[in-house]
Amino acid sequence: MSDSRVDLAEGFSVESLTANPRQARKERLIRDSLGATALVSVLISGLIIWSLFSEAWTFMVEVDWGAVWDIGWFPRRGIYDIKTLIVASLIVTGIAMIVAGPLGLGAAIYLSEYARPGVRRTLKPILEILAGIPSVVLGFFALEWIAPNVVKTLFGGPAAGSLLAAGIGVGVLVIPLVASISEDAMKAVPMSLREASSGLGARKITTTVRVVLPAAVSGLMAAFIVAVSRALGETMVVFMAGGAAQTAVYTHDPLDGSLTMTAGMTSLARGTDSVVGEGLTFQSLFFVGLVLFIVTFALNLVADRFVHRVREQY
Amino acid sequence: MAPEMVEPEASPHLHLDIDRTGQAAVPDDTGDPVFEVEDLNVYYGDFRAVQGATFTVYEHEITAMIGPSGCGKTTVLRCFNRMNDLIPTARVEGRLNFRNVPLYDPRVDPVEVRRRIGMVFQKPNPFPKSIYDNVAFGPRVTGMAKKKGDLDDIVERSLHRAALWDEVHDRMKDSALGLSGGQQQRLCIARAIAVDPDVLLMDEPCSALDPIATTRIEDLMQEIKDDYTIVIVTHNMQQAARISDRTAFFTAQLDSTTDQRSGLLVEYDRTETIFSNPSDERTENYVTGRFG
Repeated sequence: MSDSRVDLAEGFSVESLTANPRQARKERLIRDSLGATALVSVLISGLIIWSLFSEAWTFMVEVDWGAVWDIGWFPRRGIYDIKTLIVASLIVTGIAMIVAGPLGLGAAIYLSEYARPGVRRTLKPILEILAGIPSVVLGFFALEWIAPNVVKTLFGGPAAGSLLAAGIGVGVLVIPLVASISEDAMKAVPMSLREASSGLGARKITTTVRVVLPAAVSGLMAAFIVAVSRALGETMVVFMAGGAAQTAVYTHDPLDGSLTMTAGMTSLARGTDSVVGEGLTFQSLFFVGLVLFIVTFALNLVADRFVHRVREQY
Repeated sequence: MAPEMVEPEASPHLHLDIDRTGQAAVPDDTGDPVFEVEDLNVYYGDFRAVQGATFTVYEHEITAMIGPSGCGKTTVLRCFNRMNDLIPTARVEGRLNFRNVPLYDPRVDPVEVRRRIGMVFQKPNPFPKSIYDNVAFGPRVTGMAKKKGDLDDIVERSLHRAALWDEVHDRMKDSALGLSGGQQQRLCIARAIAVDPDVLLMDEPCSALDPIATTRIEDLMQEIKDDYTIVIVTHNMQQAARISDRTAFFTAQLDSTTDQRSGLLVEYDRTETIFSNPSDERTENYVTGRFG
């Protein structure tokens, strides 16, 4: 190590090129500890899924399946109508995407294609701060402002919580997410494609719609998936503004109050009696968790397929 | 990527047509002026990229702009179709007429300009779409083709014109990105031709290509110059000498007003004059390889 010159006269051998054993040990140690951290994260995820599956399995084996397709969600009375929760979740997620899709994409298009650099430098961080608003604040906002001012005034719904109020609240929550990821995807489209399009006499909006958006579609799809997953998994806003606390009768009217899958789990896990009631009430919590997991997972798979089909590689 | 093959049946007559010395290619009578440039200055913010260029581009000629890096030749080219408008800080001063119309008149819409003045870029930049959709893009966005059949005709004609039809006619629905670099560049030429422009601007169109693909593009330029006026920026002096009718030599020179190097048009003349008997010493040094 000390003398790097190869001195052929002084017996140049394999030892001259052998690593310092201390260095080699250190290298191995670093590699092993980094590997261990990776292993621990995978292990924890595995344990979570395992506990989810095992308790849900108990539920599915022991439950009377007539109670899983019934009039509503009354877990403490042994009525576990899962479609009440799934439909409420889908309605909230759908409304959230109707709100966040156009607004988020519009903001992304403006920031990426139209805004001057200075405007963009100011607006983008503000948008990202918006993403950091705690969901409990938005839940309160949905309940106290969106419900009386938007749901009641515009749609004639209740001034208290409803699926519509919760959906709009979740929508507001995911706008920055949609905008930020979409904007990144559009910015990643090479400038040369925009130049090619302008050079052919395309207007800016034509270039955006026909060249930039198709080229960015996999990123836009990613934004959509992340937003839907976030909306499906969002708990605080839907629990506060969803218009139901412990139980819910089945409904598919957005102006009614109901429980989403996440809100149903929350209401079960809290309360003065903790989780007791009918024998399977505790396990039903895991069953709902499993359904949520499967829905989110399936959504990711479908979206992945879709992206592979329509992607324009550049 | 497999090297591109020169298909003997596709191009032998082209070789016969072309006089490699460029002598016969120069018409005795000069055509109408297409671009009249007078005291053109281009700024990027405070930086003056081009100082006071004056020259005229004539119809149905190939005009080459040569010079070392940073001499402003690409900047001048991008003024011709107002491509510099895409750069927020760019500013143009002086007179630049396109067929007697001032291009930078406030009433002029750059989109209308670009429909008449096509551009081929340094790096082939096909859209990540099918070969057909690439060529059809311009006619579609400009609303040229009223019927589906018209569009098919335009696409086929443009690909024929760009000497690419024989290679791609049976895979029009395939992605353009599966083509070789030379084929991609000819596709970009076909795409530019498809909107039937008056002028083709080419920004070092062969710099990313191998010599065989370069030859094909050069042959193609000779083929189509009867229909179009071509302005080409090139780093390759031999290319300018081979294909162009007139040559503008630019250099980067210290600008006394800003203390920065900026582009200066040194000499503009018939190509054979520039290369055999230039009047400026700097041109002679450059074309004989003593500088740059």
